[in-house]
Amino acid sequence: MIEKLTTSLYLELVKRCEGKLLLRKEIPLDEDLFHAFLGQNIFTPISSIIKTPFIKICRRCGNRKKSQFSNMYDFNKKRLIAYCRNCIQMGRVIETEPLYRWNGEPACWQKHESACTWEGQLTDAQTKASETIRDAILQQESALLVWAVCGSGKTEMLFAGIEGALRQGMRICLATPRVDVVRELLPRIQEAFSTIPIQALYGGSEEKRGSSQIIIASTHQLLRFEHAFDVVIIDELDAFPYHADTSLAFATERALKTSGTMIYLTATPRRKERRKLQWNQLKHVFVPTRYHGYPLPVPQMCMCFSLHKQLQEGTVPRAFIRWLCQRENKQRQLLIFLPTISLTEKVASQIYTILFNHKIIKDASEITSVHASDPERERKISQFRNKRLLVLVTTTILERGVTFPSVDVAIIDAGHSVFDEAALVQIAGRAGRSAEDPDGEVVFFHDGKTNAMVRAIRFIKRMNRLGGYTR
Amino acid sequence: MTCLLCEKNILPEVTWRTALYPEAKVICDACNELLVAIDGPRCTRCSRSSTKGNCLDCIHWEKTPSKDSLARNYSVYPYNNFMQEIITKWKYQGDYELGNVFKKTFRIHFKRMIKTTSKAYVAVPIPLSEERQEERGFNQAAMLAEFLPIPKANYLERIGSEKQAKKSKEERMKSANPFRLKKSLNKPVILVDDIYTTGMTLRHAARVLLEQGCPNVISFTLIRS
Ligand SMILES: [Zn+2]
Ligand SMILES: [Zn+2]
Ligand SMILES: [Zn+2]
Repeated sequence: MIEKLTTSLYLELVKRCEGKLLLRKEIPLDEDLFHAFLGQNIFTPISSIIKTPFIKICRRCGNRKKSQFSNMYDFNKKRLIAYCRNCIQMGRVIETEPLYRWNGEPACWQKHESACTWEGQLTDAQTKASETIRDAILQQESALLVWAVCGSGKTEMLFAGIEGALRQGMRICLATPRVDVVRELLPRIQEAFSTIPIQALYGGSEEKRGSSQIIIASTHQLLRFEHAFDVVIIDELDAFPYHADTSLAFATERALKTSGTMIYLTATPRRKERRKLQWNQLKHVFVPTRYHGYPLPVPQMCMCFSLHKQLQEGTVPRAFIRWLCQRENKQRQLLIFLPTISLTEKVASQIYTILFNHKIIKDASEITSVHASDPERERKISQFRNKRLLVLVTTTILERGVTFPSVDVAIIDAGHSVFDEAALVQIAGRAGRSAEDPDGEVVFFHDGKTNAMVRAIRFIKRMNRLGGYTR
Repeated sequence: MTCLLCEKNILPEVTWRTALYPEAKVICDACNELLVAIDGPRCTRCSRSSTKGNCLDCIHWEKTPSKDSLARNYSVYPYNNFMQEIITKWKYQGDYELGNVFKKTFRIHFKRMIKTTSKAYVAVPIPLSEERQEERGFNQAAMLAEFLPIPKANYLERIGSEKQAKKSKEERMKSANPFRLKKSLNKPVILVDDIYTTGMTLRHAARVLLEQGCPNVISFTLIRS
């Protein structure tokens, strides 16, 4: 039966199934063939939900929360059966259907002599980080944290490490919490490794096989993998909804082989990681300078009395209007952040009126607002990038990942709790990204300083000091 | 308790009333506010928002030579993005539990409708094909029917699969009736389904029932799209 499969189909099957926990419907075999594989123990069934008298555990996502399990009535078996609600968007895991693990020969990933086709130049700081990453991978160290400020060019720092891994025939996963970032990374990585097959996996992606040597994935997609990768690179570690969804931490750990290397990238390590660094529990490399060699723009704070009252009435603070009209470089695009979705729309029309009256923009089509569940989100972001939009009013969704060359940034109501220290640092990091215009204005409009604001500014100044800039 | 839709914690609000008659909330207030039932004037025959008594579609149905098999339809919610999201999770991803989000309101509206109807009705859910039922593990229409305080009869069954019905030409879909009755029913029937779109499916089911001696068929659906 199995012999009927051609070698190339068989090899494709191995790449697609090895290192994963799969539902029956995710295995591309018809019933007869699948049973033949089961008979030879090439696929091993494992129970999908572990039940003890006190607790249930989902074998795929590690969920243990009672509220994230539910029961449904099975008419054939005439009893209630449990299923996991936590990972249901990846296909339902139900107690009566096992997960399957590939138990046949392991996949053989190709060794690539010099796979990197990127020809750019790294700065000294980038080179140092890049070498540290490559060494960690080649010496199979368990973990490395790359602490690199916004705009330091961290994607390029990964290339040497990835190339080294490919030379050894290793399998690599680049995981990031945001789908926007997955989409942005795919063409960049593909260009840098133009002969290597790369797949991008995210909820709703066309590509679902997950069978390539390099995989770029949104974090939820990692839930299917088990000991699959020699290298897992976690982008934007601090943006991981780790605290909200503990199954993600579980999944990233599990996706890595026991001998594999975990690389964490972050611009703003959280307290937990900083403590680990202090105690030398986590190896790290620090990149305090931007790739273009200019310091990070330091945010200004601007006090606005009765800010909340004005926002409720749908108007913006006078200090903000003054700033809008007196910016040093009015060629720059404007990114304006607000704490809530409902405010973005209201304030966008206000700002339009002001900018129109001051003849800074000519047409209503040059300004728009965008938020997380906006169906037009992708299109609006690319319009802003193509400079067809001059002003974008947004919530924290644009705080990181997406890069625009020349913007000024304002946060209105920067004291709001959605703007924590990391978010403020990231938002400030949107300014001054290009070598042509390495500076940008960043202003926090607030009605009372918060710790987060003070800490964010202190953090940025410290980065600049460590980068050798004295201000 | 955790909200079934957004997973936020639901803080139980303690008043004398809730202390005496605790009611288990399954969704939070914020989500509840987004779930708004159809209100205002509606077509008396199909529940679509309409100020003119009957909507154009229904006037068209009345004019067709063969008598309309479905006497009328009552729906609870209008269709919108939020509803679409819930339905996708519930039906297509198979999160059975989400059906309970609708339980209370579905019942309240049923009582509202039944006031003007005799109480001798039997609820008949629109069935899935065997194949679909197998794959999904539950029938959303049957789950909705279970919420209703009247007798249930799972007498309908589907011939072939939904997919085949989609593949064949539209013409054939109109003429071929995908339903069969396992047992005849001589009581008035309330068909139960999740969505009323054109009403074609419900009319097919109603026709089979009428042909085998059922005196009257109306439908009660969750959503009017
Ligand atoms: Zn799960
Ligand atoms: Zn909720
Ligand atoms: Zn009507």
